[in-house]
Amino acid sequence: MYPSDLKYDKEHEWVRVDGDIAVIGITHFAQDQLGEVVYVDLPSEGDSVVAGETFGEIESVKSVSELYSPVNGEIVKVNDALGDAPETVNEDPYGEGWMIEVKLADAAELDAMLSAEEYEAFVTEEA
Amino acid sequence: MTDRLARTPLHEEHLALGARMVPFAGFEMPVHYAGIVEEHKAVRSSAGVFDVSHMAQFRVFGFGAFDFLQGVLTNDLRKISELGAAQYTLMCDEDGGIIDDLIVYHTGDLEYLIIANAANREVDLDWLRSRCPAGTTIVDGVECEHRPDAGLVELADESDRTALIALQGPAALEVLGELTGPGWEPPARFHIAEALVDTVPALIARTGYTGEDGVEILCHAQTASRIWRALLSFAEVTPCGLGARDTLRLEMGYHLYGNDMDRGVDPVSAGLGWVVGKDKGPFVGSEAIARIRESGPSRRLVGLRVDEGVPRPGYPVLHEGEEVGKVASGTFSPTLGVGIATAYLPVELAGEGTGVVVAMRRREVPATVEKPPFVKSTSLS
Repeated sequence: MYPSDLKYDKEHEWVRVDGDIAVIGITHFAQDQLGEVVYVDLPSEGDSVVAGETFGEIESVKSVSELYSPVNGEIVKVNDALGDAPETVNEDPYGEGWMIEVKLADAAELDAMLSAEEYEAFVTEEA
Repeated sequence: MTDRLARTPLHEEHLALGARMVPFAGFEMPVHYAGIVEEHKAVRSSAGVFDVSHMAQFRVFGFGAFDFLQGVLTNDLRKISELGAAQYTLMCDEDGGIIDDLIVYHTGDLEYLIIANAANREVDLDWLRSRCPAGTTIVDGVECEHRPDAGLVELADESDRTALIALQGPAALEVLGELTGPGWEPPARFHIAEALVDTVPALIARTGYTGEDGVEILCHAQTASRIWRALLSFAEVTPCGLGARDTLRLEMGYHLYGNDMDRGVDPVSAGLGWVVGKDKGPFVGSEAIARIRESGPSRRLVGLRVDEGVPRPGYPVLHEGEEVGKVASGTFSPTLGVGIATAYLPVELAGEGTGVVVAMRRREVPATVEKPPFVKSTSLS
C-alpha cells in the first residue's frame, strides 16, 4: 500500500523523484479516508509550489481537503485527466492518480521526508 | 449532552459490514459502507437499505388526539382521516419558527404515529407536553396499552424500543414482496399498513427520503437485525449510510432540519407553504404564518447548481460582489456529476435562472438558481 521507492509526508502526500523532477500525489491512506474523490482543484503549469503550503484542493462527497506541497519548485506538468476522471485518485493513487510534476529547487530537501516504513508507522498510529 | 453516543439496535450489523461510523444527532451512525457514490447509485438503479433507527417515534392517542395535533401541527390532519394515511407536516412556534418537520401516520382509531428528527426528540416532546390539553398522560419509552380513559390524550415516546429501516429504490417493493409472501399488497404512497416481514410483525410505511419508490419498516428493536439481514440477503439490496441518504435527499430538494430550516425560519420562506393548512382553523403559529403569507417573505430557500467544485454548508453566496446568503445544504450530486446546494436568498434573486456566485475556499464559482428537484426522473416520478 506504500511503495518503498516513494517518499512521504505527514499530510499524506507522496513524492516520486527522477533527477530534479518530483511527481506528487496523495497516498492510499489519504484516498481511503476521503472516500470517492469527485473533484480535484490543481494549479497551472509554471506556478511555484512552496514546501508546507497548499497547492490545491481535493473533494470527496463528504469532505474537502487541502493538498500540501512537500517540496519547493516550479510546476512543469499537471494531471489534467483528473478533471474528467477524479476517481482515478482512488483507483490508482500512485500511478494514474498523480497530481503535479515539479522541477525541484533543491533535491536535498527530500532527505527530510518519510520513508515508506516510517510513513506506514505514522498512519498506523493515526488510525 | 456529553454522554457517550447512543447506538441503534443495528450497531453490530454495521460493524460486521465494515461501515465507517460517525457521530450524528447523538448517535453513532454509519456514514458509508462501500462508498457514498456507489450506495447512492444503487438506490437510484436498484435498492438500498438504511438504518434510520436514530429517528424519534412518538405515538399520540386518545379521544383528544385529533384536536391536539390539529392545533399544534401546520398541515390539515383532516386530509389523513382515512385509516393508514400519512402526511408530511411541521410543528411551529407562535412566530411561525419551525421547531421540527415530521411525518404523521394515522395508525389507528384515535391513534397517530409521529416520526421526528433524532436531534429534536427532547425539544419536540417538551413542546408537545407544554401544548397538551389537561389530563394528558406522558408514557416514555415503555410499552403502553391503548387506554383512552386515562386522559384526553396520551403521548408515548417509543423511540428507544423501535427500529426504523428504510428500503428504497426501484427494486424495493419487489424485494419486500418476497419477504411478506403472496397475498400482501403494499400500502399506497404515503400510507402505512401492518405486515409480516420474514415472519416478523412490522409496520410498513410507503414513505422515504430518497425520491425513489420504497418503504420505511418500523419494527421492535429486538427484531431489527432479522429484518435487516433478510433484506440484505437479496443481491438487489445494498447497505447505505447517512452519506448517501444526504446526497439522495438533496438531489430531490427535500429539506433537512438544521440545514434548510430551524427555529429562525418560517414555512413560507422555507418553501413549505404547501404543508400549512389554509382553512383548518387556528393552530400554533397560524397567525404569524398568515401575516408572512400576506406580506410575502423577504427571503426564500432556493436550489443552486454550481459550475464546478462542491458547495458546502456555510459557504457565502454572492451577487454583484455582495454577500446575499449562505449555502444551507450542499453536496456533490452523484446522478448529475455536479455540485448542488440550497440557500436562502432575497426574493428578488430567487427566480429560476438567476446567476449568483458561491465563494468556495480557494475560488469563486458561478452558480444558477434552479427549482428542485435537481433530479427530475426517478421511480417515483
